Amino acid sequence: MRVFKIAAVSAAAVMVLAACGDAPDEETETTSDTDNAADEGEQTGDDESEETAAGGDNSDFKACMISDAGGFDDQSFNQAAHSGLTGAEESLGIEIADAESNSDAEFAPNIDAMVQQGCDFVIGAGFLLEQAIEDAANANPDTNFGLVDSGFQDADFAPIEIDNGKPILFNTSEAAFLAGYLAAGMTETDKVATYGGLPIPSVQIFMDGFSDGVDAYNEDNGAAVELLGWDKEAQNGSFANSFDDQSQGASLGEQFISQGADIIMPVAGPVGLGTASVAEGTDTKLIWVDSDGYETTEYGDLILTSVLKHMGPAVEGAITETVNGEFSNEPYVGTLENEGVSLAPFYDFEDAVPQELKDKLAEYEEQIISGELVVESPNAP
Amino acid sequence: MSEPNSPGSRPTSDDSGHEEPTQADTSQDEGGPAGSTGADDTAYDPRSGSAILRQVVGGDVVISLLAVVIALLLGGVLIAFADEDVAKTVSYIFARPADFFAASWEAVSDAYKALFRGAIFDYEADTFNRKIRPITESMTFATPLILAGLGIAVGFRAGLFNIGAQGQIIVGGIVAAYLGFAYDLPAVLHLLLCILGGALGGALWGFIPGILKARTGANEVIVTIMLNWIAVNLIAYVLTLGKFNASGTGLRSPQIGPHAGYPPLIPDFLVPGNTFRLHWGFVVAILATIFVWWLLERSTIGFEVRAAGANPHAARTAGMSVGRVTVLTMVIAGGLAGLAATSQVLVTGGSLTAGVAATYGFDAITVALLGRSRPLGTFLAGLLFGAFQSGGTLMQSVTSTPIDIVFVVQSVIVLLIAAPPLVRAIFRLPDPDAPPKRGRAATKEAAA
Repeated sequence: MRVFKIAAVSAAAVMVLAACGDAPDEETETTSDTDNAADEGEQTGDDESEETAAGGDNSDFKACMISDAGGFDDQSFNQAAHSGLTGAEESLGIEIADAESNSDAEFAPNIDAMVQQGCDFVIGAGFLLEQAIEDAANANPDTNFGLVDSGFQDADFAPIEIDNGKPILFNTSEAAFLAGYLAAGMTETDKVATYGGLPIPSVQIFMDGFSDGVDAYNEDNGAAVELLGWDKEAQNGSFANSFDDQSQGASLGEQFISQGADIIMPVAGPVGLGTASVAEGTDTKLIWVDSDGYETTEYGDLILTSVLKHMGPAVEGAITETVNGEFSNEPYVGTLENEGVSLAPFYDFEDAVPQELKDKLAEYEEQIISGELVVESPNAP
Repeated sequence: MSEPNSPGSRPTSDDSGHEEPTQADTSQDEGGPAGSTGADDTAYDPRSGSAILRQVVGGDVVISLLAVVIALLLGGVLIAFADEDVAKTVSYIFARPADFFAASWEAVSDAYKALFRGAIFDYEADTFNRKIRPITESMTFATPLILAGLGIAVGFRAGLFNIGAQGQIIVGGIVAAYLGFAYDLPAVLHLLLCILGGALGGALWGFIPGILKARTGANEVIVTIMLNWIAVNLIAYVLTLGKFNASGTGLRSPQIGPHAGYPPLIPDFLVPGNTFRLHWGFVVAILATIFVWWLLERSTIGFEVRAAGANPHAARTAGMSVGRVTVLTMVIAGGLAGLAATSQVLVTGGSLTAGVAATYGFDAITVALLGRSRPLGTFLAGLLFGAFQSGGTLMQSVTSTPIDIVFVVQSVIVLLIAAPPLVRAIFRLPDPDAPPKRGRAATKEAAA
């Protein structure tokens, strides 16, 4: 009996569901067809314009990317690099493929799978993929490789060059210098602060530039703005020892605020959100890094500016070069000059920043671009 | 849950141990969800904790196989859902259902074809090397799963929920990597030293919950979970220390020495010019499987382990030291997990990163469950999961099916194994523990 009951109920359920699906179906039948037609029309239109823009049919070129354990939806590093890949797909009409690595053990198999399916340019996102990309580049001399945010190194971590491997690096100290100058000019307590996620070169380079910017302001104006959290000489400072533990960001933020700092630059990805949460309601302002914090975080009203690292355009640029047959193993280094790094707009603080300071920042930016001023950092690429 | 959680407590009544094998089993089978409560109790409570364990250990092979089949079918449904063409055709499913079914079939079959090509045999590859490479990749991925899975299985047989394989792998990896790059010893000797070091590192991390449980009655589930977190933070810290941090990045240790890595398993004269990653770590996994079989089925310690797992009170009454068995079991489990770490660190050009343990420690629990905590079963389950992993990589890159599907399949397998009545209900299998029902089930089947 029970069997029949179940059968009856499920039959009824199917009928109900079918009825539900029926009603919109009449409409979607026609609209979907037109949609499809429209889609196809759009697509062909797009393709044509792409082809003319890129000056040829690139659909036989395949660019591929492998993430580290963060995945392409990490709202940070991997995602930024991946936006370059999808950008290249749109602008060049190339084929793309991507694979997320859930663990370090998957780097090599993922790269191998990409090479096997005929990728012409394989990009690894992050320092952790260095070894795997290096091995694959040596084993597959006919394929070109790219590596974001790290150079190639031998077993003793001495830098080496690989004929078919291109490092994509960023000299963020240039933009961080401007941020430091700005912070020193904007502080009311004469104390600014910074801290990092882990003591690694790609983090410390922000802190070096920031420190130099503060020093330059002090020299220009005879001021005595103090930087907490980083000693450039000793290469020593405050670290959250994490890129995801926001409570660390909160406690570091509290420390700095109690010591009197009113502008803080966290160089630790999402950890900075912890700092933002304790800064809320105080007069403390933040300087965000990597992405534009005004747009990517919910603390836009606290964010004075952001030190931007344009990973997407850099990746897209490297792909474009390779598509055009101009691949070189020379590292791409993002600078203020090639707009690989930059300082974001001030948004809510646009009026609060004095024109004099803005002029000074523009002047320094020009000096750095022209090479008149070199921001020195032991962590520079 | 009604009983206070007091490990080492005396039996509440004499008959609890006596009638428990029949009663507990049937009650577990009747109430499938009871599995969720079992994890909270320690194995010393004969009525809940070890009962679910015993059920898992005592379940039959058919259920395991059917669980895999159901999981793959469900995975297929998800693949179809995730596919863009299927999503398009579903909007006019009633106008032209054929489109929908064709698209679904294509999506699912393409994905599973890629899974097969990536896991067993790549029939589309150009060279023989490339054709057989996938099976070697599967074995490479399986090695840590088998070793850590064996560690979990030994714990299960002793009635211990060892959730700490993750931490044991990490600590084993730290020791193995340090011995690997800090010293330079002759061939063979260096490798053996590193393997031994890795096993000892894992064993130490297993010893801590073991001794805490034996001496103070601390719940091994909680202690091992906490030790996992300690290990995660420990490795992050260790990687920033002097010798480990030669790169100055705090993310990767130096490479291990030239003699510290497992040599490739398949020699060049057998398959010329091969670049297989499969190494002698797989042989270690085979040896470990044989060792665990001998340990559990043939040795005195194994008898005590099984006795303590089946009924600690009876074991104590029989004069066995349950505390000693607990410590020993955890040390062996940790040692096996430490060996799993060596298969990751001790490879050519290998080095230590914070991700050394990946999710092997947790996948190993699934492997041990699927393998019914038997050595051979765990070995085969490890191979299956290794194949999923290897195939999932290709599936992801060729058909852009998210590799997460593989995790869903693995998780569904665990879910089904924890609830055998569900599997029996789906396939209308008779319940072996309830003879009276058998007749009814048969008539039902005939009627339907």
